[in-house]
Amino acid sequence: MEFNDNLPIYIQIMNLIRSKVVSGEIGGGDRLLSVREFSKQLKVNPNTIQRTYQELEREGLVFTQRGKGTFVTEDLETIRNLKRDMASAIVENFMLKMKKMGFNSEDIVQIISEWIEEER
Amino acid sequence: MGNIVEVRNLTKTYSNNKALDDIDLDVEAGKVVGILGPNGSGKTTLIKILTGLLRQTRGEVAIEGQQVGTYTKSIVSYLPDRNFLYDWMKIDDACRLYRDFYSDFDESKFESLLEFMKLERPMKIAALSKGMHEKLNLSLVLARNAKLYVLDEPIAGVDPVARDQILDAIINNYSRNSSMLITTHLVRDMENLFDDVVFLNDGEIVLEGNAEALREERGKQIDDIYKEIFGE
Repeated sequence: MEFNDNLPIYIQIMNLIRSKVVSGEIGGGDRLLSVREFSKQLKVNPNTIQRTYQELEREGLVFTQRGKGTFVTEDLETIRNLKRDMASAIVENFMLKMKKMGFNSEDIVQIISEWIEEER
Repeated sequence: MGNIVEVRNLTKTYSNNKALDDIDLDVEAGKVVGILGPNGSGKTTLIKILTGLLRQTRGEVAIEGQQVGTYTKSIVSYLPDRNFLYDWMKIDDACRLYRDFYSDFDESKFESLLEFMKLERPMKIAALSKGMHEKLNLSLVLARNAKLYVLDEPIAGVDPVARDQILDAIINNYSRNSSMLITTHLVRDMENLFDDVVFLNDGEIVLEGNAEALREERGKQIDDIYKEIFGE
């Protein structure tokens, strides 16, 4: 994996795991790769993966069972909230860019409606 | 966990030329530290002092609390930036050489490294490609149960497949009880392995710190910071 964002590696890996959980690629209750396995797969320092898991645990997205590994939360509410937060972030970014280009809210609604219409 | 390496006010002069100028450096146990800098910045001089191949002009160097000498050599495993094996040897001879020289050489670890690198004992050193040489040398160096691994340009000039195998071997060897000091100018390829980085220029440390903290602080990857410091 290439890490090109201007962000610390552990945050980029957190984002990777978040999007896999939200998309359902990793399900609630699934075990994540061990620190060692994941660090080999991504070719990053094991301490970085450790940090990633700690931060995700602090957010409540994963939990650790001593001797068994790190698991994705089984609380669907947490995953739904994460999904909503990630959607808000995308929309916020989108709205910012559209307004910068000079579109008002009505224009944006129209553009989106047309887009959805075409997609059907 | 404490420091495996402690360097204080380290200076090395060659006639009038300062190769290292008043360097302070700590390497904590369990850390992988990248020493970054262009050719002639003092990386190899620093490594040669740590491995006992050169003596400093001034300053203190302690490894596990001991001055560089016979004891520290027994706990430091060094990968030089050039081939150090004889052409007449086979891989098996190289293994025996290491077994005789280093009491911490772990032959079963060497065996699994060889297998991982797809190398075999009957192979002749003279017939190995550049990438295979590098993989063999690294296998010998990592097969020692050392406290400090010093790797000088471990991926210089090898193809991408060999490079990935080398990076994997380094990650596999990671341990909380030992440390690694790695020099490279291929920063992009190696930066994700480092806990801490040290930028050396003209014998001085111009920037150092935790790699993730530097990325956060500067909004850049280490490779970009490298280009910023040494570019133009």
